[in-house]
Amino acid sequence: MTLSNLPLLSMLIWTPILGGIWVLIAGDRQEETVKYFSLAVSFITFVFSVLLYCQFDASVAGMQFVEETNWISAFNIKYHLGVDGIGLPLILLTTFTTILVILAAWEVIENRISYYMCAFLILTGLMNAVFVALDAILFYVFWEAMLIPMFLIIGIWGGPNRVYATIKFFLYTFLGSVFMLVAFLYLYSKAGSFNIEILHDVPLGLTAQKFIFIAFFLAFAVKIPMWPVHTWLPDAHVEAPTGGSVVLAAIMLKMGGYGFLRFSLPITPDASLFFSDAMIALSLIAIVYIGFVALVQEDMKKLIAYSSISHMGFVTLGFFLPFAIVAATGENSGAIMGMEGAMMQMISHGFISAAMFLCVGVMYDRLHSRMIKDYGGVVNSMPYFAAFMMLFVMANSGLPGTSGFVGEFLVILSSFKASFWIAFAAALTLILGAAYSLWMYKRVVFGDVTKEAVAELKDINAREGLILFLLAIVVIMFGVWPAPVFDVMHATVEELITHVLQSKTL
Amino acid sequence: MNAELIIALPEITLVVLACMVLIIEAFNNDPQHTLTYWTAQASLLITLVLVFINCPGEATIVFNGGFISDAMSSILKAFMCGISFIVFLYSYEYLKEHQSLKGEYFVLGLFAVLGMMIMASAASLLSVYLGLELLSLSLYAMVAMQRDSESASEAAMKYFILGALASGMLLYGISMIYGLTGHLQLAEIAQAVASDSINRSFLVFGMIFLIIGMAFKLGAAPFHMWVPDVYQGAPTCVTLFISTAPKLAAFAMGIRLLVDGLLPLVSDWQSILMVLAVLSMGVGNVIAIAQTNIKRMLAYSTIAHVGFLFLGFIAGTEAGFSGSMFYIISYALMSMGAFGMIILLGRNGFEAEMLDDFKGLSERSPWFAFVMLCIMFSMAGVPPFLGFWSKWFVLKEVVSSGYVSLAAIAVVFSIIGAYYYLRIVKLMYFDKAESMTAIKSSKQMRMVLSVNGMAILLLGLAPNALMALCIAALAG
Repeated sequence: MTLSNLPLLSMLIWTPILGGIWVLIAGDRQEETVKYFSLAVSFITFVFSVLLYCQFDASVAGMQFVEETNWISAFNIKYHLGVDGIGLPLILLTTFTTILVILAAWEVIENRISYYMCAFLILTGLMNAVFVALDAILFYVFWEAMLIPMFLIIGIWGGPNRVYATIKFFLYTFLGSVFMLVAFLYLYSKAGSFNIEILHDVPLGLTAQKFIFIAFFLAFAVKIPMWPVHTWLPDAHVEAPTGGSVVLAAIMLKMGGYGFLRFSLPITPDASLFFSDAMIALSLIAIVYIGFVALVQEDMKKLIAYSSISHMGFVTLGFFLPFAIVAATGENSGAIMGMEGAMMQMISHGFISAAMFLCVGVMYDRLHSRMIKDYGGVVNSMPYFAAFMMLFVMANSGLPGTSGFVGEFLVILSSFKASFWIAFAAALTLILGAAYSLWMYKRVVFGDVTKEAVAELKDINAREGLILFLLAIVVIMFGVWPAPVFDVMHATVEELITHVLQSKTL
Repeated sequence: MNAELIIALPEITLVVLACMVLIIEAFNNDPQHTLTYWTAQASLLITLVLVFINCPGEATIVFNGGFISDAMSSILKAFMCGISFIVFLYSYEYLKEHQSLKGEYFVLGLFAVLGMMIMASAASLLSVYLGLELLSLSLYAMVAMQRDSESASEAAMKYFILGALASGMLLYGISMIYGLTGHLQLAEIAQAVASDSINRSFLVFGMIFLIIGMAFKLGAAPFHMWVPDVYQGAPTCVTLFISTAPKLAAFAMGIRLLVDGLLPLVSDWQSILMVLAVLSMGVGNVIAIAQTNIKRMLAYSTIAHVGFLFLGFIAGTEAGFSGSMFYIISYALMSMGAFGMIILLGRNGFEAEMLDDFKGLSERSPWFAFVMLCIMFSMAGVPPFLGFWSKWFVLKEVVSSGYVSLAAIAVVFSIIGAYYYLRIVKLMYFDKAESMTAIKSSKQMRMVLSVNGMAILLLGLAPNALMALCIAALAG
């Protein structure tokens, strides 16, 4: 077997899962072994994803690295994997984040470390699988199975109110997903197949499309999350351990966006057109209203959680703008720009929100508080940390030169082609984002040291420095040179837009 | 030997063996009842082997149209024997630990299995009834076996009175159908009904009584009143038995009566079952949330599962019935595991029947906490466990038959249901243990329970074989 015909996608799924099972069996007795082994597994998985990136042919719009075997032959359900320009960047994001999460847990997690590592490794495998599954039922199985490790992560290692938060998280996302399942079953009764590519082409009446769109909407809007079904996110984020918050914000939210691109838009294009104005309105509410909500938060994690919702508003805005742009200008180049901007926003937000949560985690490990008022003047005792955090806060507010700028800018630019007012509302985020991010930063990091505990804070150690340094590199690199992301997705997005703009009613 | 007798060889053998076990028990003074236990287990295994050997190529009806042997009956019988084997193993453990070991448990159990097998093979209304009564009477006696326990006696009384009422209803329905069609054999009833020469509203009237009788036995709302009391009051090993193999028999009864006998009235029974299904899912899932006793909670969960089971019937297609069969087999496996866990955690004089007894189980025994986690997520219908596929299968068939809104209602109830299963996971993993007493139980109990739990996970990863089996059972 040569390097080029390895079943890379399966390896991306099963390496971390099998590694996780091994970690669980090894147990807590060999704590050091468990940690290094988990790190090695996550690194190997990352290497696989880089190999995948290197061998990916960016000029092809369709699925690559396709693997197909029978799984449940009685119903023609297949173990069918493939990756395209939309899934690939998200896989890289996933595998990269996993390394950080495992590093971040090193000395912090004290009880049941093997469970913790196992949960995250299995979670990684499942998340990779969600991004490559090409069979609707296979997708659903991974999508739901993912809830189990996350449920345990929040519930076992979370904060004081963790039980409420984790059950709310589970039931909320479960509620959304089961309707997606019913939609899949309905589609199967029409198309006779669960193959996603076949579902993309099955003709459907407008009424049916509307119902399917709503079912998908419930699943993905809860996950991403959109206003008004976002309420689980602040709770889950606040109570989750740092690693849990990072994975939630960096990857799990992206699955909602991925779902819109993979299912809602191509399977129900006419309903998407029908609902696009409503979707744009909801996105703008998320951007503006949730931005204001973030402004008044006193808990840093909650603030970042709301900022995530606001940023995800850009993603959904970018996804549903194409209809308005094409209606206004008659050409789809602006639409492609908007959608690529939204994709870029997903990737960039993955890195930035991970960095922000890790920063809060660094402070929380020292003072055991997430409240802004418990800090103040951190720069005096932790100068290196303050410098890193500065960069990430700037990126969060969309400073040019950081990755946070690229996505937002492209989405705002393309929304100008649709309507001035959409662009105007979206651009408010530049003010709001800067306001809540920088104001928090000011209150936490600058000012006089009034509290003794803050004065005694130790600056970041080498491990924490490494994590933040890796993220800083990525954030700046994609800020000045985003081409590696755009190149791989361009062909796929173009194809998607063409597909979405064609009616498929009966 | 007479060819007809060979067809019924497993049943005949089981009668003979059960009588033998009864005699052994009568003359055996061993307080451990080892011989009784092992001969009972051997009887089940021998019957299982005979069922395999006897597996017919095509449906054969014998004994003047009273007894049918087809793919479905053979598969169900095999599962009944296999499941009862494991149930006996768990029960032996329980009875020994609680010093209430009586050989009658196994004798009655064997007769109950015989009743179930007859129900699975019933080809006429009379044999349906005979099998059902044999099963029910054995179960009443089993529930009442702990004479000194107030709650068990109460449960047995309730079970008996309501069960007798249900049998009465069923008999009334049978007499109506017989009076209208002039036949007792299900195939002939189906012909007579299809010929359209009989007043349909009278037929539906009779059919409603049949369905009520069936709903009573299955424990579907609004005929579910006995289920929580019996589940809670009966000794755990009896609850375990009631909630597993007899459910397969009740499913078989549903297929025999509604599909083999009254398929021409499908549109009528579909709408009745729809009401029963929605009520069961609603009542079961909502009331289960308020329970603090896990046996009672599982009783309400059974009611909810029965609602899901009906979905396959409502689909009204062969594939739908296969879905129901898959559902009931997976349910039996999960229920067996759940009650097995309760038995495992119990000690002499102490029943681990309160939810709080599961607190901190992940610290006391990480492995069995994981087994219970698999069972609970499976019951909630979360992939990749078996319970997901059983829900998936029936939902798929309901949607293909065009009842999309019914499927939507069902999934909403399954979310409500997920809450109380999650609560057990929460107790096991997120709460601190109140006592760290080690779990003591025999090696075989631990091993079988582990296999039971892993089967739920592995069948969830590879459900194809079981699905194909259920499809084959009802094809043609």
